Amino acid sequence: MVDLVSFKTNLDQALSEAISGMEEDKDHILIDIIPAAVVMMMSHLKSKKGYSFNTLIDITAVDFPAREQRFDVIYHFLSMTENKRCRVTTPISEGEEVQSITRVFECANWFEREIFDLFGIKFASHPDLRRILTDYGFEGHPLRKDFPTSGFLEVRYDELEKRVIYEPTTLTQGYRDFDFLSPWDNPDVYANTRSRSKT
Amino acid sequence: MLEEYTDKNTLTMNFGPQHPAAHGVLRMVLELDGEIVERVDPHIGLLHRGTEKLMETRTYLQNLPYLDRLDYVAPMNQEHAWCIALETLCNIKISKRASDIRVLFCEIGRVLNHLLNITTQGMDVGALTPIFWGFEEREKLMEFYERASGARLHAAYFRPGGVHQDLPKKLLEDILIWAEGFPEKLDDLEGLLTENRIFKQRNVDIGVVSKKEAIELGFSGVMLRGSGVPWDLRRSQPYETYSEYKFSIPIGKNGDCYDRYLLRIQEMKESINIIKQALKKLEYTVGDDVLVRGKFTPPKRDDMKNSMEALIHHFKLYTEGFRVPKGSIYSCVEAPKGEFGVFIVSDGTNQPYRVKLRAPGFVHLSAMERITKGHQLADVSAILGSLDIVFGEIDR
Repeated sequence: MVDLVSFKTNLDQALSEAISGMEEDKDHILIDIIPAAVVMMMSHLKSKKGYSFNTLIDITAVDFPAREQRFDVIYHFLSMTENKRCRVTTPISEGEEVQSITRVFECANWFEREIFDLFGIKFASHPDLRRILTDYGFEGHPLRKDFPTSGFLEVRYDELEKRVIYEPTTLTQGYRDFDFLSPWDNPDVYANTRSRSKT
Repeated sequence: MLEEYTDKNTLTMNFGPQHPAAHGVLRMVLELDGEIVERVDPHIGLLHRGTEKLMETRTYLQNLPYLDRLDYVAPMNQEHAWCIALETLCNIKISKRASDIRVLFCEIGRVLNHLLNITTQGMDVGALTPIFWGFEEREKLMEFYERASGARLHAAYFRPGGVHQDLPKKLLEDILIWAEGFPEKLDDLEGLLTENRIFKQRNVDIGVVSKKEAIELGFSGVMLRGSGVPWDLRRSQPYETYSEYKFSIPIGKNGDCYDRYLLRIQEMKESINIIKQALKKLEYTVGDDVLVRGKFTPPKRDDMKNSMEALIHHFKLYTEGFRVPKGSIYSCVEAPKGEFGVFIVSDGTNQPYRVKLRAPGFVHLSAMERITKGHQLADVSAILGSLDIVFGEIDR
């Protein structure tokens, strides 16, 4: 069974330098690493005997606009032989590139495309970095916090032109952002989060 | 001069987005060399609704119904992952009765999904009758959904902290009657497909995925077990009361479309088994509360009539909602299609900061090119059918 101790002892020099934090919660090993070590770390996770985290479950990202390193790229792995999960987090700043792990995990392809599409994070040496979920010719990256929920463009079928046309979004009723968060029982939480609903 | 062009004589063709065998709105750009598929480029996102973005501006409870709209073939299994994630993050333990009800409806969801999948797979390769027979059964199951939650499809029945309401006694009896009669219907269905010459010709040895490939491509669920990997989250990382149930996990041998079909049939039989056990277990907990009462869930109706605090609580819960402690969590369930996971980043407020929905179909479809390469054009729809994809969850 892999636990944090056995995990630590199996790391080689270069990797342990790249790791900035490591802990274990109930069923995950959580690792924070620097972006430069992503590919090295993933190959290690996949091939190291004793804990083969050889299933890539998911890759995703989170946007924290206030931070200097704006995005967290998060990888989830599963080891079926050890029945253990592992989450690797790496922070990157806007415009910075992450190495693609498609050469280590083939199924990373679409996950990385999705992150590129929705967050605008570029993956270096990805074989086919195109948009995947959004419309053909879409501009912007919707899951960034500075992208409005209502979007910029809307489409409709134009009877005169006999085709679907794009127009700036017009809301017949103003966008209703219900903020019911009570200021009473925990003022700290409230103070920290007010700004985010406005962005 | 002409020879330069004749050595590579491929034809590019569009498959979908309006193709009946595309199972929704899938557009695939196929490159064909005669009948042989050289390259497949699935274009997804035609059903993209931005669920993850929308979820960031709604409370945890308001977000629950979005989960129904992912894999709309087995809605409650998705809600389940959401509820488990929140319960783990908030450290809440639900009652045994609620847990058994969840198991019951998850297995009904599995039957719903597999019925749709095998019958449409049959239709993709030319069998028209199974879908009529299969959908009759599906309709009965949807009726159970309706009687439990009020909605045939988008149930919003599982809630963080349990399930919305207890089940009426008559419903449990009717589910039992259905479960007794269903194996016979399944046999009829099998009679149409399992030994059917055409069905076998179209599916056996088509879309073979080896054990090694299946792991490498990140498969889960039937796609993984069809290739002979015995991995099922219900068994290996049990959630709810699954560890109390007796059931077996069928695995395939060849990893082809036919094996995956057989597996789904077997899984339905196992599901019936679990459903019967769940009904038995529910008899012992009659009258128990199905919700954990507290700030997480609404107060009882009776209390609201008499207690001001309960009334305020009810109002606050459905406007402000509950708060979730700061942190992040990944929770997953064995949905009928594979591992369905929810990753929540919470900032301590009543709305999630970021939600990522990990859909099994997304991974499976991304391997489409790898599986289809070298097959004939006609096999594309057979493979697509056995991948079991639903665009609600892939496009999100």
